[in-house]
Amino acid sequence: MLNGKTALVTGASRGIGKAIALELAKQGANVAVNYAGSEAKAQEVVEEIRALGQQAIAIQADVANSESVTNMVKAVISEFGSLDILVNNAGITKDNLMMRMKEEEWDSVIDTNLKGVFLCTKAVTRQMMKQRKGRIINISSIVGVSGNPGQANYVAAKAGVIGLTKSTAKELSSRNITVNAVAPGFIATDMTEVLEDQVKEEMLKGIPLARFGEAQEIAALVAFLAGEGSGYITGQTIHVDGGMVM
Amino acid sequence: MSDVLERVSQIVVDRLGVDAAEVKLEASFKEDLGADSLDVVELVMELEDEFDLEISDEDAEKIATVGDVVNYINSKN
Repeated sequence: MLNGKTALVTGASRGIGKAIALELAKQGANVAVNYAGSEAKAQEVVEEIRALGQQAIAIQADVANSESVTNMVKAVISEFGSLDILVNNAGITKDNLMMRMKEEEWDSVIDTNLKGVFLCTKAVTRQMMKQRKGRIINISSIVGVSGNPGQANYVAAKAGVIGLTKSTAKELSSRNITVNAVAPGFIATDMTEVLEDQVKEEMLKGIPLARFGEAQEIAALVAFLAGEGSGYITGQTIHVDGGMVM
Repeated sequence: MSDVLERVSQIVVDRLGVDAAEVKLEASFKEDLGADSLDVVELVMELEDEFDLEISDEDAEKIATVGDVVNYINSKN
């Protein structure tokens, strides 16, 4: 259980991030719900968490902006008095074929999906080092392991997150801070809903469990990695993908 | 000066578990006091709290000895 713990979940107004925020709250954590633009949706998540009996705040920040991230982390610590769990979930896609990908499409995806993880991790490390305890969970993607046509920027960022996870795990291990990555496969969310049916059917053929995943199935693993039972796991990337990549 | 040294010394003793007699001005955190890079980062964090300062990353990278810390803090006061 996560009673008395404080969690910060980035990109938590919808999709996988929302499921993670709610699951951590169900297990007893107080949760800071970060969002970039969807204030109303973030506020709904906050209300749901409060209904579960936990404390929650919605907090706006662009994870790719260091000042914005520093202010967010300060605000979370001043609100809750600690910061025990960071879930780096915020992510965007700007898919395009390599040949057609604009520099701006590359930069913005790398900035949010990779630099954002670096900035948030850096910002919470001070508090976690002082506490001599912490859990950092980075949401990567199975395509960061396998590659995917049309997603050079997203794949590069998600593969980068796996490397960043390993380096951070090694640097912070002596301070009892574990850092792990979760690599979701095809999860039914707003982000994947936009794909064409034909693409979806093609993907299903590559999934041994023959179905798409649910956000809740990612949240369950994140909650485990955030808890006491995972204390001997660090630097790992755990696939939650119905067996897509083995 | 002596007061700053005393307070710095106390933090170093607590953090690195060394004998107070070893914490001389010329003592290097890494060479003489057994600190690793992360220990130095933590020392800087504690010094910031103790002396109510913000030490920039650039300045923190220049800190190698106990004397560097004492001089830095005196220069800010």
